[in-house]
Amino acid sequence: MPRREDIEKILLIGSGPIVIGQACEFDYSGTQGAKALRDLGYDVVLVNSNPATIMTDPELVRRTYIEPLDVPHLTAIIERERPDALLPTLGGQTALNLALELHGSGVLSKYGVQLIGAQVDAIRKAEDRLLFKEAMARVGLESPRSGYARSLEDAREIVKETGYPVILRPSFTLGGQGGAIVETPAEFERKVLWALSQSPTHEVLVEESILGWKEYELEVIRDKNDNFIVICSIENIDPMGVHTGDSITVAPAMTLTDREYQRLRDQARTVMLEIGVETGGSNVQFAVDPKTGRVLVIEMNPRVSRSSALASKATGYPIAKIAAMLAVGLTLDELENDITKTSAAFEPTIDYTVVKGPRFAFEKFPGADDTLGTQMKSVGEVMSIGRTFPEALQKAARSLETGKAGFVSLRDRVDYRVLAQRQEDLRDLAFDAPPATKPRPTLPPPSPEELKAALRQVIKRPVADRLFYVGDALRAGISPEEVHEITKIDPWWLSQMMRIIEHETRLRQASELTRELLWESKRLGFSDAQIAELRGQTQDDILALRKQKGLNVVYGRVDTCAAEFPAYTPYLYSTYETHTESDVSDRKKVIILGGGPNRIGQGIEFDYCCCHAVFALRELGIETIMVNCNPETVSTDYDTADRLYFEPLTLEDVLAICEEEQRKGEVLGVIVQFGGQTPLKLAVPLEKRGIKLLGTPADAIDRAEDRERFDALLSKLGLERPLAGIAKDPAEALAVARNIGFPVLVRPSYVLGGRAMMICANEDELIDYVGVAVDAARDEGLEPTLLIDQYLKNATEVDVDCISDGRRAVIGGVMQHVEEAGVHSGDSTSVLPPHTLDPEVIAEIESHTRALAVELGVVGLMNVQFAIKDRRVYVIEVNPRASRTVPFVSKATGRPLAKLAAQLMVGKTLDELGVYDQPLPTHVAVKESVFPFNKFPGVDTILGPEMRSTGEVMGVSLSVALAFGKAISAAGARLPSAGCAFISVQPEDKQLACLLARRLRNLGFSILATHGTAEALARAHVPAERVNKVAEGSPHIVDAIRDGRVQLVINTTHGAKAIRDSYSIRRNTLQMGIPYFTTVSAAVAAVDALEANAVLAEGQVSGVRSIQEWHARMLQSQ
Amino acid sequence: MTQAFLALADGTVFEGRSLGADGQSTGEVVFTTGMTGYQEVLTDPSYTGQIVTMTAPHIGNTGINREDSESGEAPYVAGFVVRDASPLVSNWRSEEDLATYLRRHSVVAISDLDTRALTRHIRDHGSQNGCLGTGNPDDLVDLARSAPSMEGLDLVSRVTPKARYEVSEGLAEWSPEVMAERLVAGNGSPLRVIAMDFGTKRNILRCLVDSGCHVTAVPAHTSAAEILAENPDGIFLSNGPGDPAAVEFAVKTVRELLGKKPIFGICLGHQLLARALGATTYKLKFGHRGLNQPVKDLATGKVEITSQNHGFVVDVDSIARVARSTHLHLNDGTSEGLEAPDARAFSVQYHPEAAAGPHDAFYLFRRFTDLMRG
Repeated sequence: MPRREDIEKILLIGSGPIVIGQACEFDYSGTQGAKALRDLGYDVVLVNSNPATIMTDPELVRRTYIEPLDVPHLTAIIERERPDALLPTLGGQTALNLALELHGSGVLSKYGVQLIGAQVDAIRKAEDRLLFKEAMARVGLESPRSGYARSLEDAREIVKETGYPVILRPSFTLGGQGGAIVETPAEFERKVLWALSQSPTHEVLVEESILGWKEYELEVIRDKNDNFIVICSIENIDPMGVHTGDSITVAPAMTLTDREYQRLRDQARTVMLEIGVETGGSNVQFAVDPKTGRVLVIEMNPRVSRSSALASKATGYPIAKIAAMLAVGLTLDELENDITKTSAAFEPTIDYTVVKGPRFAFEKFPGADDTLGTQMKSVGEVMSIGRTFPEALQKAARSLETGKAGFVSLRDRVDYRVLAQRQEDLRDLAFDAPPATKPRPTLPPPSPEELKAALRQVIKRPVADRLFYVGDALRAGISPEEVHEITKIDPWWLSQMMRIIEHETRLRQASELTRELLWESKRLGFSDAQIAELRGQTQDDILALRKQKGLNVVYGRVDTCAAEFPAYTPYLYSTYETHTESDVSDRKKVIILGGGPNRIGQGIEFDYCCCHAVFALRELGIETIMVNCNPETVSTDYDTADRLYFEPLTLEDVLAICEEEQRKGEVLGVIVQFGGQTPLKLAVPLEKRGIKLLGTPADAIDRAEDRERFDALLSKLGLERPLAGIAKDPAEALAVARNIGFPVLVRPSYVLGGRAMMICANEDELIDYVGVAVDAARDEGLEPTLLIDQYLKNATEVDVDCISDGRRAVIGGVMQHVEEAGVHSGDSTSVLPPHTLDPEVIAEIESHTRALAVELGVVGLMNVQFAIKDRRVYVIEVNPRASRTVPFVSKATGRPLAKLAAQLMVGKTLDELGVYDQPLPTHVAVKESVFPFNKFPGVDTILGPEMRSTGEVMGVSLSVALAFGKAISAAGARLPSAGCAFISVQPEDKQLACLLARRLRNLGFSILATHGTAEALARAHVPAERVNKVAEGSPHIVDAIRDGRVQLVINTTHGAKAIRDSYSIRRNTLQMGIPYFTTVSAAVAAVDALEANAVLAEGQVSGVRSIQEWHARMLQSQ
Repeated sequence: MTQAFLALADGTVFEGRSLGADGQSTGEVVFTTGMTGYQEVLTDPSYTGQIVTMTAPHIGNTGINREDSESGEAPYVAGFVVRDASPLVSNWRSEEDLATYLRRHSVVAISDLDTRALTRHIRDHGSQNGCLGTGNPDDLVDLARSAPSMEGLDLVSRVTPKARYEVSEGLAEWSPEVMAERLVAGNGSPLRVIAMDFGTKRNILRCLVDSGCHVTAVPAHTSAAEILAENPDGIFLSNGPGDPAAVEFAVKTVRELLGKKPIFGICLGHQLLARALGATTYKLKFGHRGLNQPVKDLATGKVEITSQNHGFVVDVDSIARVARSTHLHLNDGTSEGLEAPDARAFSVQYHPEAAAGPHDAFYLFRRFTDLMRG
């Protein structure tokens, strides 16, 4: 059947900012979907609030709206665009929920918009736990037995059904507090009563315990003719109990016979049918009892997901693309498999093993409970491909970039006794601030028995590095059987880990590294670095030995078919076998190194830049070769670059690729500038080994990073920077800080995202912090060099992105931060163009930037951070590479900086490209950050020099205030139009707070304030009600927040004690979903936005406009 | 572990380690792309005379259990090639590990071989004879070259049972709800089916039983007269190994049965029915072996994901002259099913009984019982 002709214009909704649980996999799926629909001839209108996405590139579709993903804005867009259909299945939960809301509010019917891809009933049945359970029961499928109890009697009734053990989950508690497992009837009553008492609604979910069961996922596709295919089966190494996003997972499933697997397939098909997913991709999760094989259906998602992105990358089957085509009426048998040119109506089969490893960021959130559970906590992931599981596991371990060369022992960096001693967290996560981090004590080495005892304790609890701890437990001599008993990890996985561990011993003990031993090592996935460590040699020694013995890596193809058919797409992975399939071309080519796993400080922005490098070079006829290991991204779509190596971004892996590609054709060079810190770390090592880097020379990076050389650079140009110094231990740090004067900003060198960065107000804070920072550096395997800077209080921070061809530099955009210097630039709200800086200062900033670019010989991108205090411009940092803000600037100005930069890097000049400075935009773009605090109970939400945001949104409008309003809404806050505003500010903010309070009162808000602020308000004649601080006793401010009496919170504070004391205000505000501002400058912006919104009618939004229109408007004005 | 080799008739040699029994074994080297079901492959009589390569790298993870055998207990493959043999079995139904099973049944097998390179070689150069084992690779090449060609080889006579037998075993707990619904053919009295066993897979007979049939399996050499003398409701033609052209005796029997009773054929059964009707068969370059093979039902336009294992195929064009083509392979357009309405006969090239494989085509058993009930 051909594509539907009754629809022409299709609205596609993206997933918004990157948050935990919804990351760039939806950029990947949205981009695929948009391209597919566009290529079928549809007019695609796209909405996404996230500017850092490829899908919001203005060239992709005709109309792209970077607007808040909420009903009012979507309504305005629908009213304006009048699409025929809405495709909500490619934008994650956000898009599905929004589609339901748009349906519920009657917008879709009012404008005659059809939902395609998923119908309302199907979405509801899949999303509502009770409806889902009922649906499963109707078709004879089992789900975990459970029920809600409001009394002990209720619970007794339910447990008759479920049997023991049961899990008690009190409703509406934070982070699963009060939950318990009941093993026997004897403890039933006590635990149920306690659980009931923990729930504010006195309600407990009593659920059959399936902790420790095997967990599987099937990624499936169905079309409107009821054709059904399974794309991929996935088995979790972590058994039931850990969110699948936080689990280490493997494709294909490894421990099911065909009968058992086909049973899951049959059930998945039944689930699709019963839920009513007519077309598209879904995933179905199962739990299987390892003792009996009993199967339970856990959940299904009637849309593409993180797992479907993984399945697409794992098999080469583009689920989102196919799903989009099926949504417009095509059927599977009409579609072609791009890779093999055979039918798309088939089930991929793979002849390699895929491992997905989650990447966590707990170090950014001191106080967070790092136990893995049903709430997802990881911020990114890697995927690795090897022929066998041990090989893939080791590749995944080194892809994660957590300082591990493979599935290594952590004995030298973890004291298991300290880990084992971790007390159950007794603090009240809503009231007690996290305890201050102290430097770790050093203990004498443990005895073997001490170690075993500690490990037995440690591996019980699922945490980020548990698999490595399990490895150490096996190394310490705890039997696989016992490890299985403790962890419930399937014995098969443990047996495979034992292969690695036993081989380590062979490697360590062998008198000589024979060819056979090396071959065996490489086939088990050992990296050269890992072998070197075990043999007491260097990585280069091992490489040389391998060369001498002729042991080279080969490349296999991801071909969807286990080599049954030739693969036409060079989607490659390395392994150690007898034949290579790299089939290197004789073209001119460039290798682009991607950004690796998403983590805080390094995310989708860098993937965006890498993709743009590909687009730019392709236009110039240069072959593009992408190297990356992040399965969520657009860059690892086989359709993006000409060639894709799905590989870890380590020196060994990258060098091997360079060598492979150099066999034929001409490698013009490697781009390390675009993927963030990951490839940048490889710059010097690659260059040392004779690999040509494109663009800015590595020496320029060094001049910008090395303190002394940086100082020399600045004095040469006559630029000013805050006072600074370097220290390697507490004593040195103290000396430097005394010299500079407190407060100082301290951070370790060479770390992205402000890891372990802090403003220290006094000597005690500094000494404490230096200890912690040294630990952090050691965790990353780095030298603990500390950079200490003078902290410019109340300075305005500015970010500039520019491009340069080495002779001339062009400003891409100047962004003013709303929050004063001290809040990490990645976390701050930015305004382009600057909203309060005067033109002279801006001109000075621009000229400094140009001078720096030319002096450093930058070829490509450069980002400079400035602080402006009393009209004096200080240079804070120079980064001669792509920055996080490149996509935002590009979307705001319509100038594709990364793309231009890539062209400069292969020798084009700005003149050739016709790129000159352009006037400031005629609109205002605001970038707002999005934080994962709601996923981390017990963490303070106050902003500081340590970056903690996971994503960003953009608001565009004609005025600063309206753009702010959009950005704040897009970030998820619902700004109230009236109600009660709570204000509690530090003394120096009191004056501004009084102004704010008056403006809020004018808008119709009442004001609630704590003692000090209330007095200041009274002096300024602003009426306000006084409320107790928590320490002053009930009824206090947190009571008021919890009672729903507060609609807006402005809370600024300074100093360790005051911050701790006001922790519960911020935490409870967050929990209640109340918009809050922890800097007075952000609060001012919010009040500006409120005033601007106040003139709009109820439910109205300020004009929505596509970015293509904004850009056109800008050009017209020139 | 001992070094072992797989030598192909074209002189290519692949290296690995000995996994199963000692010794050497020759056969046609083929690959199957199923990621599950190695036990079903080992015990499928259609693999007689073949050295089977599993493209999935980890084999043996779930061990061997009695329930999942597709024939008696013993394997039929001439040799077995895997990339990585599991050091440990993890499955609640497992009774034995793979290596022990292979050794117990004297199956020569090899592991740690570059199965992907081998598969690509077969794909590019076609299936060919090979010799698997320890020893001098040159000698193995010679042995591979002296092995008989699969074409024209009657392997059915090697695997067909000596005597008739009754079948009463069904799918039991492995029959999912959906399947059960498709299989059970109303409340009528049991249908009597004679199954010609050319090397049948056990699951076909189970599916027939669950469809309400009383199944009697008979040896391949049973004459049409003997079969018709029993006055069955229908006749089933099973799968089996080798070249359909080499078993003219069976084609003749089928020709004599045509039009007398409803007939259903699977795999070799499909090829025999086609030849009996006057169509022709030929050998594919490397066959279809796997669990992901897409087949289009020409009547409904729907796609079935099917389990396949065949090296020979019916010439689609030759069907047109004698019967109706009902199913086609979506990738290469080869014959996957035919129907001769006048003769009340139909057949498919693929395996609706799955085992291993997806259950998409179970409806065919229902079609057979409907045909028998008229």
